[in-house]
Amino acid sequence: MANPSYLALGTRIISGIDKLLSTVIASSPYRWSSGIVRRAGLTGRTLVIAVPWIWLLLFFLIPFVIVLKISFAETRWLGSPPYTPLLEWVSGQYLQIKLSVGNYLFLLSDSLYAKAFLSSVKVAAVSTIICLLIGYPMAYAIARAESKWRNTLLLLIILPFWTSFLLRVYAWMGLLSNRGVINQVLMALGFEPIVMLQTDFAMYIGIVYSYLPFMILPLYSNLEKHDLTLLEAAVDLGSRPFKAFLSITLPLSKPGVIAGSMLVFIPAVGEFVIPRLLGGTDSLMIGRVLWDEYFLNRNWPVASAVAIALLLVLVIPIMIFQRYQAQEAAGAMKS
Amino acid sequence: MAARPEERKAPWLDAKAQPYIRIEGITKKFGEFVAVNDVSLNIYRGEIFCLLGGSGCGKTTLLRMLAGFEQPSAGRIFIDGVSMEGVPPYERPVNMMFQSYALFPHMTVEQNVAFGLKQEKLPREEIESRVADMLGIVKLGGMEKRKPHQLSGGQRQRVALARSLVKRPKLLLLDEPLGALDKKLREHTQFELVNIQERLGVTFIVVTHDQEEAMTLASRIGVMNQGYIVQVGTPHEIYEFPNSRFVTEFIGNVNMFEGRIVEDEPDHVTISSDELGGPLYVGHGVSAAPEAQVWAAVRPEKMILSREQPSFEYNRASGVIKEIAYMGDASIYLVLLDSGKTVRITQPNTYRHADDRLTWDDRVWVSWDESSSVVVTE
Repeated sequence: MANPSYLALGTRIISGIDKLLSTVIASSPYRWSSGIVRRAGLTGRTLVIAVPWIWLLLFFLIPFVIVLKISFAETRWLGSPPYTPLLEWVSGQYLQIKLSVGNYLFLLSDSLYAKAFLSSVKVAAVSTIICLLIGYPMAYAIARAESKWRNTLLLLIILPFWTSFLLRVYAWMGLLSNRGVINQVLMALGFEPIVMLQTDFAMYIGIVYSYLPFMILPLYSNLEKHDLTLLEAAVDLGSRPFKAFLSITLPLSKPGVIAGSMLVFIPAVGEFVIPRLLGGTDSLMIGRVLWDEYFLNRNWPVASAVAIALLLVLVIPIMIFQRYQAQEAAGAMKS
Repeated sequence: MAARPEERKAPWLDAKAQPYIRIEGITKKFGEFVAVNDVSLNIYRGEIFCLLGGSGCGKTTLLRMLAGFEQPSAGRIFIDGVSMEGVPPYERPVNMMFQSYALFPHMTVEQNVAFGLKQEKLPREEIESRVADMLGIVKLGGMEKRKPHQLSGGQRQRVALARSLVKRPKLLLLDEPLGALDKKLREHTQFELVNIQERLGVTFIVVTHDQEEAMTLASRIGVMNQGYIVQVGTPHEIYEFPNSRFVTEFIGNVNMFEGRIVEDEPDHVTISSDELGGPLYVGHGVSAAPEAQVWAAVRPEKMILSREQPSFEYNRASGVIKEIAYMGDASIYLVLLDSGKTVRITQPNTYRHADDRLTWDDRVWVSWDESSSVVVTE
């Protein structure tokens, strides 16, 4: 989350480490080795940059490669691991590589996966739009609030993160269940209780509630930077204040809207816990299909293929789109 | 440069002329702080009126009240006879050129300029032709499709000017219009600004802290200090006939001699000044009580430097040259008088070769004509 002060702190820490390292390297016991170190390209800067690279390598790239590998294997119903090896020594003489695309073909043949995928995209898209409709006015209000209130208001947005995500979802179950708080109040007032839990309604509440901060924070960091004299200029040129908002603030906040929507949409597509706990049994989400393939069917190769397909179908277009947007935004915000 | 039309006609001297913008007793308070204090001004059609003052003097607040961004605490504003009370900024016949230009970064030059016309819901052909005309006037033809970040500072300034003029406002407000430009560009732009203003006949109110900018642009200047208008006049009047110490010192450089009136006649006064170390003679009457404390102000370029003692026994003092700044066209001399006061004198470098050039530590006489000094009492 692009909180500028954290960013500034981050750069300060990095430049601090950089300086520290260069002092260490320049100090006399290490001076003899500094030539070698420099020849190997190991300056303080590269060492610092190496940390996130190693992190991504260990925790993103390697697991991804493992999943990719499994997706090309075949299911082995008995034994562990529950899939066939990709590489095998045949009679101890030559290495056999066995790539099976059958899992991917299976995804295409069974309409369940396409349906689950489409319904996930729909749920994520609707949730993103609701988050945007609620989050934009909130981010706008915080960005335009008196500066002494802004940090407090931001803190209130981030505050739920201090509690476990699961606990908060369980809290919603307590609120929405048939004999939950809301229905108790309704009955006390003499109304009929409403079935809310295990419906799409509850699922949307859960997703919107959980992901709202991810919409608000990038929007805020965008809106907060706006030059308010632009709005004065628009009003001065004959535009009513609300129209000035539509023609100036809204287009200029586009990078924030896109960033926030990405942060909500991408994880919401693969969301598993919220539909499981709050949604109905008939809610068909790709995350849930994935879970069932892994843990109920023990079909790791198909589950991996689902994961990889999801990544390709969803993330690559988004990356291209985002790249294009970033270029455009860099041009527009520069003046 | 020929005299500008404003100087030739001077509507403010014509008792029958109707002011185009009337500011009546405008006061603006922010809590306890009085930003603008009982300001009344009459501004005439086609004027370039400069509000000149240091930061915090209230000039920008006054401008923002004219634009409608701030509501006056007291007083009224009339534009072309219509009261602006309760009229929101988007309905006023007023446009503003912002100090930061406030160009819309996501729109092209063309879209920026067309923005105001689109709000009026004019037909497309008319918007296009007016935008094209205006871009021609500010010499930005060929730049229509550029975005603001692709323009130089001078070009942005002209887009801002075009955008605020294209609606043909009755009054254009300019907030430090040349402030963001470098020196060379400023000189070029200020003449261009005056040309455009004369061509379109729009009334300008310019806010600036830069007296040079005010002098070259303005038909009249209103000098502001601590929320008050302290003097209104043409650049010439403000420079040569300042009415107070503040205006005298704020505009240009000046040497001030504190003293007392010793002889008070209708056609002349004499003042004794310890700071000069001798008497001053002023060749006109002064409205001040005898024995009153006064300041005589003499501009650096109106003083004369010579090695010989002037024959007139008033308005002279001897001293030693302490500093010389050679500026090419003129030189500035700092002379330490025998009284202990340092005065600043500007002398044009009329000759390329001077056999008897004044130099550091030379003893010289400083003198000036009896009509050169201005006497102020406060």
